[in-house]
Order: sequence, then C-alpha cells, then structure tokens
Amino acid sequence: MTDSHTEPFALNANTEPLALNANTEPFAINANALTRRFGTFTAVDAITFNVTRGEVFGFLGANGAGKTTAMRMLIGLLTPSDGSATVAGIDVVHDPEGVRRRIGYMSQRFSLYDDLTVQENITLFGAIYGLDDRTIRERADVLLDRIGLRHARKDLVRRIPLGWRQQLAFSVALLHEPQVLFLDEPTGGVDPITRRRFWELIYSTAAAGTTVLVTTHYLDEAEYCDRLTIMVDGAIAVTGTPGEVKATYGARSLDDVFLKLTRPSAA
Amino acid sequence: MATDRAVVVQDVAKSFGAVIALAAISFSTAKGELFGLIGPDGAGKTTLLRILTTLIVPDSGTALLLDHDTVRDYRALRQRLGYMPGRFALYPDLSAHENLAFYASVFNTTIAQGMRIIAPIWQQLAPFANRRAGALSGGMKQKLALCCALVHAPDLLVLDEPTTGVDAVSRNEFWDLLARLRSDGLSIIVSTPYMDEASRCDRIALMQAGRMRHIDTPAAIAASYPRPLFAVRGRDRLAMLAALREYPHASSAWPFGEVLHYTDQRVGYDPTLIADDLTRYLREHGRVDATLAPIPATIEDVFIALGQDIIPPVEHAA
Repeated sequence: MTDSHTEPFALNANTEPLALNANTEPFAINANALTRRFGTFTAVDAITFNVTRGEVFGFLGANGAGKTTAMRMLIGLLTPSDGSATVAGIDVVHDPEGVRRRIGYMSQRFSLYDDLTVQENITLFGAIYGLDDRTIRERADVLLDRIGLRHARKDLVRRIPLGWRQQLAFSVALLHEPQVLFLDEPTGGVDPITRRRFWELIYSTAAAGTTVLVTTHYLDEAEYCDRLTIMVDGAIAVTGTPGEVKATYGARSLDDVFLKLTRPSAA
Repeated sequence: MATDRAVVVQDVAKSFGAVIALAAISFSTAKGELFGLIGPDGAGKTTLLRILTTLIVPDSGTALLLDHDTVRDYRALRQRLGYMPGRFALYPDLSAHENLAFYASVFNTTIAQGMRIIAPIWQQLAPFANRRAGALSGGMKQKLALCCALVHAPDLLVLDEPTTGVDAVSRNEFWDLLARLRSDGLSIIVSTPYMDEASRCDRIALMQAGRMRHIDTPAAIAASYPRPLFAVRGRDRLAMLAALREYPHASSAWPFGEVLHYTDQRVGYDPTLIADDLTRYLREHGRVDATLAPIPATIEDVFIALGQDIIPPVEHAA
C-alpha cells in the first residue's frame, strides 16, 4: 500500500460553474407539489423539496418508489401532471430545453459510447452541448489529467476499466459546466475503492459550487450526503441531514430507517 | 466416485482476445454449502459461473460439479443444475405462471412436482400469476426467476448477481430465501458486488481482476486484516480525511458510512497508544472534535486493502 493511493482529489479551478447571471433563485432545485400520473397510477405524488446550491443531496427509495420518474421530470425529459419545479432557476414545464442546458446527467446504465474512443466521446458530448472546438480541447486536457486518463485518450471506451469509465462519464457530464449534476446510481457494481474515489470527485465538484443530486442503493453512501430524502410509494417520507433522519426514526443506521419506512410491518 | 464436494475447480482459465477474464482459478465447495463470489464488475464472476453452468468452455483446466465434468458431461449436469442468470432471462410476454410451466416442461417435470421446493417463494408470487412477466416489479421478477431455476429440484443452484440494482430491504429478503433453501440442504453458489452480503455466506471468495484473492469464511477473512483499524468521527469529514492522510503513520483513510476508517502502518502496537498519539496529532492540526475507536475490520476493509496495490493512483491537476 503506497501513500499515493490515499490522496484525495485536488480541487480544480476549472470546475468552477459559470456565473449565475441575474438568477437570484436561492435553490438549485425547488420542487413544489410535483406530481406525475400514468393513467390511474400516481408514480410521483405531490413531492415538495428544495436543494441548496452546492449541496450534495441524496435521493433514496425502494425500487418502484418513484425516484426515476421524479428525476426525469427534474431533468426536463418528462412533463409533470401537476405541480411545478425549477432547476437552476428555470421552470421545468415551461423551459425544459433551458433546464437541460444547465444540468449534467450521468446514469450507470448509459453514459458513454463504448465503441468510440475516450477523446471521441469527449468531442461528441462537447459538440452536443454546443461547445466550440477550442473549449472542448482545453477542457478535455484538464478533465483527463484530473482523472489520470490522458494516456488512454485513443483507447476505445469499452477497453478501459469500469472504474475509469465511470469517472470519465462523470467528467463528461461536467464538460459544459452545469449548475446542477444529476447522478442516477453512479456507483453500481464498482469496487469499494473506486466507489469512494467517486465520492471524493462528488465532494470536490460540490465544493466548487456545483449542486449534486444522487440516487444510490448503497445506504452507507447516503451518509455522505449533506441532506437526503427517502421516497415511499411516490411520496416523500422524510427529508433531512443523515443525523436528523436517523433521529426522527430513533434508528441506529439509515438501513434501519429504510426498513421501517419500506416494510412497516417487519420493523 | 461420489464425494462430499459440490464443486471442484482446477486451474480454470479463460481469455477473451487479449483480456484475461479468469487466470487459472482453483477452489472447491462442499455439498450443502452456500458459497459466495464477492467482487466488482469485471472481476470474472460471470465468466466463472458461465463455465460452471456449461454455457462456455474454459481455455484450460477442469470443473467438476456434482462429479460431472462441465465439458464432457454437460447434458447430465444440466439436469441437476439450477441457474439464475444476471440478466432477467424469462419471456416478458408470457405470464408468470406460463414462464414457470415452460421451465418445468423443458426439464420434463411439472409445476406440481416442483411445488415442494418452490412453494414458499411461489406463495408470494401467486397473486400475480397471470400478470405478464415483463410487467412484474423488479423484486417479483427476481422471485419468478428463482422459481424457474428451482422448479426441476436441482441439487446445485447457481445465481449470478441476483440482488444487483435491488434496494437494500429487498436484497435482505432475497438472502432470507437463500438461507432457507440452504437449510433444506441445497448447495448454492452466488455472486454479488455487495460486500455487505458476504456475511450471509458460509464461505466466500474475494475476486478481483480474474483471480481469487482470498477464500475462507467471512469471519476469518475479516479477521485477517493485517493492520490496526480505527473508526474516526468528526464534523468536517473532508478536512478530517485530509488530516488523517497527512499523519506520518497513515496507511489509508476512507469514508465508511457515517464514520471514517483509518488504517495505521504500525503493526503490533497497542491500539490505545496509536489512538492517543493520532488524537493529539489531529487536535494540533485543527481537528479538535476528532474521536477515535479501534474496530474490527469488515470484508469491505479487506477488499480495499487488496485493491490498493492494483488500482492506479489518480493524478492531480494542481
């Protein structure tokens, strides 16, 4: 074991978000009675919560609790049935396109093109975000140095190890310097060290001013969030710091809270 | 020749082009044992399970399951194996009941004959028997897949990451089902990327980069952690992490749920002396609210220690 493995990520001046213009909205995310129905089924039932700028916010719940549907509304991919939400100060109903320009999104399932090289993925996503060639080149250098992947620039993404692929996907999601970053189960299946490194990337990104909303099935990771919310059957059951949430339920761990909320009969 | 071994694997290797998926693996499991393959994506778990279930052929080495060679006796072996693959592999347009009937017929049996084994699981599914499998919830799909893998009363059950992507409570319930099957005498091999599931197994193999780094009981592996380990608490976690890593005797420091796990380089020292010295150091470096307690290692600590010589360090931009 050498010391170089234990060093944290350096905070990086280049990850500073863009100036926030005349935007005076204090919250990076503000959901107000946000609702989505599919036929007679209410997938998301009037959820209300705020996320402060620069916060790492955990979005938890059992499978089918409505997390993905809520997230799809917040990133402008699904129109709410009722209620409202702003993300980076922009209304998700009236200007979903404006929301998408200001956010980054990374999911475990799809984030990069496997049969393109590392550089080609960066160029492609940079172009999609409307960055000019020079900006893409400059940011690509910074990004690859930060995660130590410059040597693999010309490698196909499917040939690089999973842990690096995930860090690359994370970095690509930050390429256009979004104000809010959405991470949908970013650490599924990765080894324990990579999982922790990934969280240090999240911390340093948040410390540089970017707001992060993250879903995870690892409840130990939920402890790393500034605040978190737990959804049960489409509604928000509890929101607070990890300490507050545990205190509310008189629980020793978030595992216990989760059990009490999702299986009330068993707890 | 009958033995007490369910699985005997000898020097099994498999490469895909230049990628070494498995590097000459050897291990065995006992009949009635619940054996876990623990490791991240890309460790070789699925390749190994696909060799054991006769779906792919190893480049070299041999695997005997229930005394059948996976290459020469694959037909006889398949009758005695239950396999739940990592991806949902049932027919989404057939109902839950139709899927189960189909799997029973493939193995020349009936649902009625299989009910002795699957009854406790099928009970939970019965209300949805006529629902299309594709429209079942994640947890129900998983239980249906388990029923389909068990309907022909196999002697050995092989499950490839049955709990991946499943929430913490449902994962726990699934392991309760496996524990019940084990107590009925079934031999089980199961893979998982979740380190916290290791304790549900009789023995585990920690897999990494195509190798088995450790094979033992979960307790013995945890006890093998080579260095003094402490749980550290304090308000500013990032600053605490940085201060711990600056300490001259630091081996590693990582966030671990609500605490930080700190490993010291000094083997054989009295842990209370280390804790006193480190507390003093942290106070001098502005971490006045630091509290330390020596703790036993978990499987995840061991895995991290194994990994620290493999994963290349992250370079700094500054």
